[in-house]
Amino acid sequence: MSESTATTNNARSNANRRIVLGSVGVAVGMLIFCFFVLPPLYDALCDLTGLNAKIEESSYEAVPAAVDTSRTVKVQFLATNNESMPWQFGPALEQVRVHPGEQTTIEFVANNTTGNDMVAQAVPSVVPFKAVDYFHKMECFCFERQPLKAGESAKLPMVFTIDPELPKQIHTITLSYTLFDVTEMDAKASGGSFQWGKG
Amino acid sequence: MAHGPAKGIRRWLYTTNHKDIGSLYLWFSFAMFILGGAFAMIIRAELFQPGMQLVDPEFFNQMTTMHGLVMVFGAIMPAFVGLANWMIPMMIGAPDMALPRMNNLSFWLLPPAFLMLAATLFTEGGAPQAGWTFYAPLSTTYANPLTATIFIFAVHTMGASSIMGSINIIATILNMRAPGMSYMKMPLFVWTWLITAFLLVAVMPVLAGAVTMMLMDIHGGTSFFDAAGGGDPVLFQHVFWFFGHPEVYIIILPAFGVISQIIPTFSRKPLFGYSSMVYATASIALLSFIVWAHHMFTVGMPLAGELFFMYATMLIAVPTGVKVFNWIATMFKGSISFETPMLFSLAFLVLFTIGGFTGVMLSIAPADFQYHDSYFVVAHFHYVMVAGAVFSMSAAVYYWLPKWTGRMYSEPLAQVHFWTSFVGFNLTFFPQHFVGLAGMPRRYSDYALQFADYNMVSSCGAFLYGVSQILFLVIVILTVKGGKKTTKEKTWEGAEGLEWTVPSPAPYHTFSTPPTVK
Amino acid sequence: MFARAKQLSVLLLGSACLWGVPALAADSAGRSAENMPIGVTPVSQTVYDIHMLMFWICVVIGVLTFGALIFSLIAYRKSKGAVAANFHESTKVEIAWTVIPFIILIGMAWPATTALIEVYDSDEAELDIKVTGSQWKWSYDYIGEGVSFISNLSTPKDQIANLAAKGENYLQEVDEPLVVPVGKKIRFLVTASDVIHSWWVPDLAVKRDAIPGFTHESWALIEQPGTYRGFCAELCGKDHAFMPIVVEAVPEAEYNDWLAQKKKEAAEIRALTSKVFTLDELMTKGKEVYTKHCSTCHMENGEGVQGAFPALKGSAMATTAEGLAGHLDIVVNGNTSKGMPAWGTSLPDVELAAVITYERNAWGNGSGDDEPDEDDIVQPIDVYNFKKGE
Repeated sequence: MSESTATTNNARSNANRRIVLGSVGVAVGMLIFCFFVLPPLYDALCDLTGLNAKIEESSYEAVPAAVDTSRTVKVQFLATNNESMPWQFGPALEQVRVHPGEQTTIEFVANNTTGNDMVAQAVPSVVPFKAVDYFHKMECFCFERQPLKAGESAKLPMVFTIDPELPKQIHTITLSYTLFDVTEMDAKASGGSFQWGKG
Repeated sequence: MAHGPAKGIRRWLYTTNHKDIGSLYLWFSFAMFILGGAFAMIIRAELFQPGMQLVDPEFFNQMTTMHGLVMVFGAIMPAFVGLANWMIPMMIGAPDMALPRMNNLSFWLLPPAFLMLAATLFTEGGAPQAGWTFYAPLSTTYANPLTATIFIFAVHTMGASSIMGSINIIATILNMRAPGMSYMKMPLFVWTWLITAFLLVAVMPVLAGAVTMMLMDIHGGTSFFDAAGGGDPVLFQHVFWFFGHPEVYIIILPAFGVISQIIPTFSRKPLFGYSSMVYATASIALLSFIVWAHHMFTVGMPLAGELFFMYATMLIAVPTGVKVFNWIATMFKGSISFETPMLFSLAFLVLFTIGGFTGVMLSIAPADFQYHDSYFVVAHFHYVMVAGAVFSMSAAVYYWLPKWTGRMYSEPLAQVHFWTSFVGFNLTFFPQHFVGLAGMPRRYSDYALQFADYNMVSSCGAFLYGVSQILFLVIVILTVKGGKKTTKEKTWEGAEGLEWTVPSPAPYHTFSTPPTVK
Repeated sequence: MFARAKQLSVLLLGSACLWGVPALAADSAGRSAENMPIGVTPVSQTVYDIHMLMFWICVVIGVLTFGALIFSLIAYRKSKGAVAANFHESTKVEIAWTVIPFIILIGMAWPATTALIEVYDSDEAELDIKVTGSQWKWSYDYIGEGVSFISNLSTPKDQIANLAAKGENYLQEVDEPLVVPVGKKIRFLVTASDVIHSWWVPDLAVKRDAIPGFTHESWALIEQPGTYRGFCAELCGKDHAFMPIVVEAVPEAEYNDWLAQKKKEAAEIRALTSKVFTLDELMTKGKEVYTKHCSTCHMENGEGVQGAFPALKGSAMATTAEGLAGHLDIVVNGNTSKGMPAWGTSLPDVELAAVITYERNAWGNGSGDDEPDEDDIVQPIDVYNFKKGE
């Protein structure tokens, strides 16, 4: 093997190393992207666009606004039990008509019919997408997990207001809650509050 | 340097020779093709008539899932990697792949991965049954944890194999070209693979990430895809298709490369629009990153999102159209002959274009509300996957088999294989457009009576197509064992390229001294 | 060689012709075995028109492209002595076939965009129906009306198992169809209670994924009375193929009658909770409920499926007095890790009582004679009290 081929071989293996490192870098970068960028990015997009009707999970600081008495908006409340959830759960009233800007309190009723202490999480969802930004919850049982003892029932309040800026063509807003059994999840997580995948 | 291969099993276990590894990949992928095909035969047999006849719905779902996984990850992808191993060094005048030992490892990761996957069939929970797209929560909360875990590890292993294979291909193409082989002189197959390899390195980690999140949801108490803990099942679909759409091009781009080698050969005329072919390939690859949500038009997206993904998807038709027009322009005023590789390439061209048309129709979001998850989609992607990827693989095997073995396949038998494949394929999948439009959803183990006639036609076609692949195996074995010897360097009159300057069969080591490319 | 090229071209033309077939046979809702239904809503009509427009654009492009291909294959055959030219690029031509498709695409995007905007106009419906997908059935709630029910596949198992001749609406029939009025804008709020499903009725051009935890909307304005059948379109497990949708669109007056009837039934069921039934009444009703909801897993003969679904026949739970509390609990509250739904949230107390009574007396589970034991009759009030925790 002549000296010149040895040099080319050397240069070549250096170049190979660069490519391998670069590619592995890209691969690792994409993995990180997938874990740490995609989920938050998705949540950010959800917030921005109402995509998948995810809505803010913390209370809204009420800004005093003029009540727009010139129109009313129909607000519907739906309750769905996820399959794992045996509680009786539903709104006390299925729909109300409110003026934008008005602060309204409504109640859901939950009843743990089982013989076990359980913890539930209500997951909210708002349609239509366009209304998401204008529907504000000041107080909601969905902000926190709801424990109920065996046989216990509870009235769960929710306080909301609709932004007077709500586009005129929206006449109906539907707020839907799905109730999940998180008893096991709650027990597991009590060791630490850190939660992956929580947006 | 010029020593031959070791003998016996050690040759295959320890080999670092690109031709050996290429052969291993090709045989492995063919075995997986037969396995995935067997699953498909079970599916078509069950769907031959309405009513549950042979299997129960649970097993049926396992079959559709395994068919998809095995064909995509076990048959088509490794087949093209095998082709890349064999051909890229010979096409760019390199003695071997840049990282031969890693090459060995990336192949030998595959058999354990698919053994694991196949082993799930024999567990109590059965094989994965949430479809090859394994949407959460069906694949997480509602799946058998053991099955899901084995499946996830299998995906990790095959993903690692793919990434290593791609890095090797990138390094080979960037570093190992013969003097004078500038980028714009590389054969188009090399170009398409270079772009494919970049796609693989970019998106296989996303798949790995998606399945890792599943694993953590199943065993780690996280809630990436579970609404109960603040996650979202739709996030899974976004992550999956962020991988999945580029994946589709990972499968089809090397097929474009193969066709771009074969059509000029049998037209005896250089490829038309070489540079626009390169640019078209690159733009298809780039576009593949921004169209993923067209798989999810019915999931409930804001209008702006639907419009964006619709427009972006429609755009893909432009570079794809350029390719089709260039291939036809290559044949225009050529001197065309119709040997088997050319027949498969022509069938590819026509059927892939039909798949492209249905692709454009599917991109139209309002119409997609009707097409989505129906047999129309099944027909569409089999037109691009089978008539695209698999036909081009058949073309490639017939095209290069004389170079690999120094023996000629039987042209009459090969033509029988072509015609049975062509007829069988169209009988299987053309009627699926009809039943899909008429309203038959995909992944149905049983169906309403108005779909019965076309399903029966479809099943008959599938059996014909299946049998004709056995004929393919017989032809290849006959060629290897006793085909007519051919020592000509240039098997085909119109063939161009470095691989046709070495003897047939290609010696164990080629281009130990790099050729000079003018 | 010519023969081969001809064969190929015949096949190509053949496939092109097949594409023309869809325009043939169609019934009143514009259904055919080969093409998308025209459907019975303005949106379905728009979607159909777009589909056909795209189809014909593709056919025209296809004829031109494949025409050029076939011409080349025939005209430049080597066997006829064709000699290859040597050109390999033409910037002008390449720009042309980049720009022209782009313009065609813009032409296609325009109607697609307007159609999509039409589909998204879901404001102010006259009727809101919540649609919930679960493994493997749909349930419907008429919001604000207090009417809700589950809609199950009603095709007999014998037909699926090929033991009986298949009926006309095999796998497209349900025990309780969704009844809606014609000429009114109906909003569907679609969600799921376990995995992802997808609610698809081709005649309405509505397909909306049902996602657990989230609610999405879609809408339809049905113009023509009739029965419209649909399917679950997203893989949801074992019985994905066995959860069809049937929508009955009826004139408004008829719909109002139906709704009044439904409300009356609901009130009656509530009243029934306090009524005391005889064993026979409970057994008859119970058998009905059992066949509908329980027999898929626990089987008609109560023997269950070994290793998957427990037998009820002869089980301690269903035969002993001590088992009663557990029996009530499992039926009302379910056990999801084993796949048992919580029926207490979806069935009225009277049906729960009937089915529990049935399970405690059928298949020799009773005391054996005609006089049932005290613990073998469960009345609706018992279920009601159990739910209240008493």
